[in-house]
Amino acid sequence: MENLKNESIEVKLLLDAIYMKYGYDFRNYSKASIKRRIEGFLSQSGIGSISFLQHEILYNQVLFGKLLSQLSVNVTQMFRDPDFYSALIKHVIPELKKKKIIKIWHAGCSTGEEVYSLAIILKEEGLYNKCRIYATDMDEIVLQKAKKAIYPIKYIQEYTLNYNKAGGQKSFNDYYTAKYDFAMLDSGLKENILFSNHNLASDSVFGEMDIIICRNVMIYFDRELQERAFKLFKDSLCARGILCLGSKETIRISEYSDAFEDIVAPQKIYRLTK
Amino acid sequence: MFPDKDAGRENRFEAVVVGVSAGGLKALQVILSELDKKFHPSVIIVQHISPAADNFLPRFLNKKSALPVKQADEKEVIKSGYVYIAPPDYHLLVEEDKTFSLSVDGKINYARPCIDVLFETAAYAYGAALVGLLLTGANRDGSQGLKKIKEAGGLTIVEDPKTAEVPIMPQGAIKTLDVDHILSLRTIAPFLNIQVA
Repeated sequence: MENLKNESIEVKLLLDAIYMKYGYDFRNYSKASIKRRIEGFLSQSGIGSISFLQHEILYNQVLFGKLLSQLSVNVTQMFRDPDFYSALIKHVIPELKKKKIIKIWHAGCSTGEEVYSLAIILKEEGLYNKCRIYATDMDEIVLQKAKKAIYPIKYIQEYTLNYNKAGGQKSFNDYYTAKYDFAMLDSGLKENILFSNHNLASDSVFGEMDIIICRNVMIYFDRELQERAFKLFKDSLCARGILCLGSKETIRISEYSDAFEDIVAPQKIYRLTK
Repeated sequence: MFPDKDAGRENRFEAVVVGVSAGGLKALQVILSELDKKFHPSVIIVQHISPAADNFLPRFLNKKSALPVKQADEKEVIKSGYVYIAPPDYHLLVEEDKTFSLSVDGKINYARPCIDVLFETAAYAYGAALVGLLLTGANRDGSQGLKKIKEAGGLTIVEDPKTAEVPIMPQGAIKTLDVDHILSLRTIAPFLNIQVA
């Protein structure tokens, strides 16, 4: 029997309860992050303990919805890690130009900032019309936000810098309309993006992809769940398909490591060898 | 030179977590260059740094220290005698099984990596076997985390605001909790070598 601390027992029981009641599986998430997110939710909502929260969410679906968002949301920005996008432009885009249809899966798209960043790159490279982009997340609330493509104007300056560093060819303000405190992205960016619900912890392969992008999602998973996701990605890629991870994530700790070769190692851009 | 209240408790400490902001490059250099090469606990550092800084800090400090210095990797097992630096633009967390996790959750105290995130998760993982050390800096990050370390039975050390390049961060901690030791920059490494190793 593991000798767990009280809070660890409470976290485990809460995650079991969420799974049994609502089917969302956080049981294999990294514990330190999830515990912090739960504690953050406790202090915002004024609920006194994790055990009491467990009781509340069993009987209050609205409260569970709020907790779900807190547990699953990944904070992101447009052109996060500009070097990743420049590497994509330099090393991946040229070989995509040969393809007739390009299927892209952006897994864990959160509120959409990174998938629209990709859409901008694809437009500028003249590839967008050939692309089918599947942008998935487990949380319906972030998907709704992603579909709207409206972001606070206060971030635009940073996004503009990122866009320029990434190698954007135009002026970033070509892609949005400012209104009050918000920037609404050009609706043409949405045309070939299908936003849908998919959970890396429980759902399976849904198509054969040329590229899978899943950045800064797996850092929240434990090793077991990481392996599940890596297998899912391997099984979802076409021959010589491309996998892009976050700059601090790596396929090299996985049992599927040998199935992938480096395209741009520091940017964690890999190619399936078969 | 230092009161030896923990005498006889061999290897009580498994890890030292360090939080530092403005003025950190010099302070870390002073401390790491003087830590003994047999220093046993793991040293885990959050330095507030530009998101674009990449691997500069670990490479620089590795040249200055007798201990191996590296950037903390996701899921890496934390080893004794190593110095780990949080990667820029990620929070660094310690899991109960003494491995690292990273997160891109929003900035806290205007910072990512955030010192409180490291200190609080390390306090939970290491309990009384942890030393928390807060150095020079211009914001209030670290105070809450240091308080958690103290509550979990760990040892808390703050750089003397008089020797800190920017005294706001150590002053914040001194106001927030009853820290165990307030040490000048030059005496921190000798203290760690004698009391903590």
